[in-house]
Amino acid sequence: MNAPLDPGRLEDRGVLRFITAGSVDDGKSTLIGRLLVEAKGVLADQLAAVRRASERRGSGELDLSLLTDGLEAEREQGITIDVAYRYFSSPVRKFIVADAPGHEQYTRNMVTGASTADAAVVLVDATRVGVDGLLPQTRRHSAIAALLGIRHVVVAVNKMDLVGWERAVFERIAGLYDDLAHAVGLKDVRCVPVSALQGDNVTRLGSSSPWYAGPTLLALLEALPADRADAARPLRFPVQLVIRANGAAAEDYRGYAGQLWSGVLRAGQEVRILPSGERARVASIDTLDGALAQAVAGQSVTVRLDRDVDLSRGDWIVDDADEAKLGTALTAELCWLDRSPLDPRRKYLLRQGTRTSLASVLAVEDRLDVSTLSERREAAALNLNDIGRVRIAVQQPVLLDAYARNPATGAFILVDAATNQTAAAGMMRVT
Amino acid sequence: MSIEVAAPRLDHLDWLESESIAILREVAAECASAALLFSGGKDSVVLLRLAQKAFRPARFPFPLLHIDTGHNFPEVIAFRDARAAELGERLLVRSVEDSIARGSVVLPSPEASRNAAQSVTLLEAIEELGLDACIGGARRDEEKARAKERIFSFRDAFGQWDPKAQRPELWNLYNARVHKGEHVRVFPISNWTELDVWQYIAREGLALPSLYYAHRREVVRRRGLLVPVTPLTPPGAGETAEIRSVRFRTVGDISCTCPVESEAADAEAVIAETLVTDITERGATRMDDQTSEASMERRKREGYF
Repeated sequence: MNAPLDPGRLEDRGVLRFITAGSVDDGKSTLIGRLLVEAKGVLADQLAAVRRASERRGSGELDLSLLTDGLEAEREQGITIDVAYRYFSSPVRKFIVADAPGHEQYTRNMVTGASTADAAVVLVDATRVGVDGLLPQTRRHSAIAALLGIRHVVVAVNKMDLVGWERAVFERIAGLYDDLAHAVGLKDVRCVPVSALQGDNVTRLGSSSPWYAGPTLLALLEALPADRADAARPLRFPVQLVIRANGAAAEDYRGYAGQLWSGVLRAGQEVRILPSGERARVASIDTLDGALAQAVAGQSVTVRLDRDVDLSRGDWIVDDADEAKLGTALTAELCWLDRSPLDPRRKYLLRQGTRTSLASVLAVEDRLDVSTLSERREAAALNLNDIGRVRIAVQQPVLLDAYARNPATGAFILVDAATNQTAAAGMMRVT
Repeated sequence: MSIEVAAPRLDHLDWLESESIAILREVAAECASAALLFSGGKDSVVLLRLAQKAFRPARFPFPLLHIDTGHNFPEVIAFRDARAAELGERLLVRSVEDSIARGSVVLPSPEASRNAAQSVTLLEAIEELGLDACIGGARRDEEKARAKERIFSFRDAFGQWDPKAQRPELWNLYNARVHKGEHVRVFPISNWTELDVWQYIAREGLALPSLYYAHRREVVRRRGLLVPVTPLTPPGAGETAEIRSVRFRTVGDISCTCPVESEAADAEAVIAETLVTDITERGATRMDDQTSEASMERRKREGYF
């Protein structure tokens, strides 16, 4: 059992968001259950409810996977159909887990969970890796993780107890995964042999694998960089709203409220407003607790400028020297999430940053083969769970940031203008 | 195997706070008519602090709204009014009593819990005020149906939640769009846990109603819970009242909210107790959540918070 979070004594390394991906039956829910129980993300009364449910279902032992079943419909069908968010803390970090279902037809959930994740934990069942290698779903989930720009992957090779903790099995799977990672473009991969059922190497090293010196899965998660909001990338500050307070003329307040999506903003910095192109200097970075000398990626602040500029919701503040480009035509990788297929005759609303603009999909260029995610086929439309390249025209200019370079600003969603459904997740490509 | 360690940036409370502020500002920018549900409970006290951080020096761009069951603890109601006045924000109160008088709420018995009836009064208030967004302090760690709910959670023209037809929510690009008569529920502290809330209360020095801290109270023991003795909840036949040092972990309708034994006199002490507790917030304190595996999900479908 881990020591509880003590913010007074240990360095607080903030929040790591990760997604768990795996095929049906490879023990994903049990692994999450194990992490939650051992890090005290689950308490006795929840365990008691799981015990009652395990008994009702006639399973003799405590079924930790029941901890992550949420909805009635899911319990009836014995499957998970929606992303669930789980929380636990270790002494140094808070974790947010997006638990996405493993069924192939629910790709949209995996994309949803991956969109906010800093890391992915990919489950591989050590007993189900045959001569032909990893399961198709493992390949598919890894490709989606790569597509969504997840930079760190931890491969949990599970059910090692069922293969006698044989080192060769683990090393063969690690080798197969390295090949897969290379093929789909995942760069930072680490492998851990575990038994979610028995708990070895999850939060503590087990005695069954003396050949594995660590780190445990939890230790890896504690150390991974949380870099979805990245201070090292260019400054991107989308204005959410203008905050005004009228007092006597001298006390009039006009501040631009927003969250810094990437980069660093400093008081006194020369900035440029997009799309107007006007320049200004940051007069102050305000918070309720006082003015800041600088704000970093992820922080919500209110910015005041040294002069009157044309700036409102939907606009961007970027660095003066930044060569950010705006445009009304873009190409993107689109993941279609709606039951009604993509229809180029229809109007969609494209939301990037804080700006919403009318958009048309001019053309579908190709579609990824859903079983391999490596071949591209010609396509005229995209259906639910399809991923493909499209060309889009927007009515108002958007910031042309490539998703691969800056996922915070290279991302957009399409909303169906008639039904208001969130229809697609888009990732801009270099243009 | 080498592990790169990034320089520390925001600590976990800074991270949560910034996310929540951004969500509140999205509501202000995207929704025509919103209200922030404020009960005087600890989660809504945190919401008010986050709203100050999001909008000051301006006023809040929405009123506060309380759905009053008529069975609230008097000190919580007094705290609610005092806090709204102190902030100079507009507080609207809509009562389950009024829904009963109108005939839209019919209770199975006069002393029945009014907790579920709040949904009716809330939906009536949403219609009356023409709200397209209601901001609430629900958290995903509270309950398993909540664990699957979106931050911007769509409600149809009947105020119903359809868990199988939720809009996917990607990145921090929220979809608040609704047609007339529909609305969204928005949960800015979705990603906070009970412990995060207490750590934030301690860090920000937020005042809470006194019953969140240890006090001596008359209680009876019933099915593993401590039930407060009040005019609404007298001891049952064969039950003996006793005086214990207790605090409340949640503050809701008197008829279904129970305290836990505690000596914690301030937020730091509550954090210490929260770190070693074995029972969830709702498990220890809510009679209404134990009725079935799916009781929260059912209530939520019907329009509950």
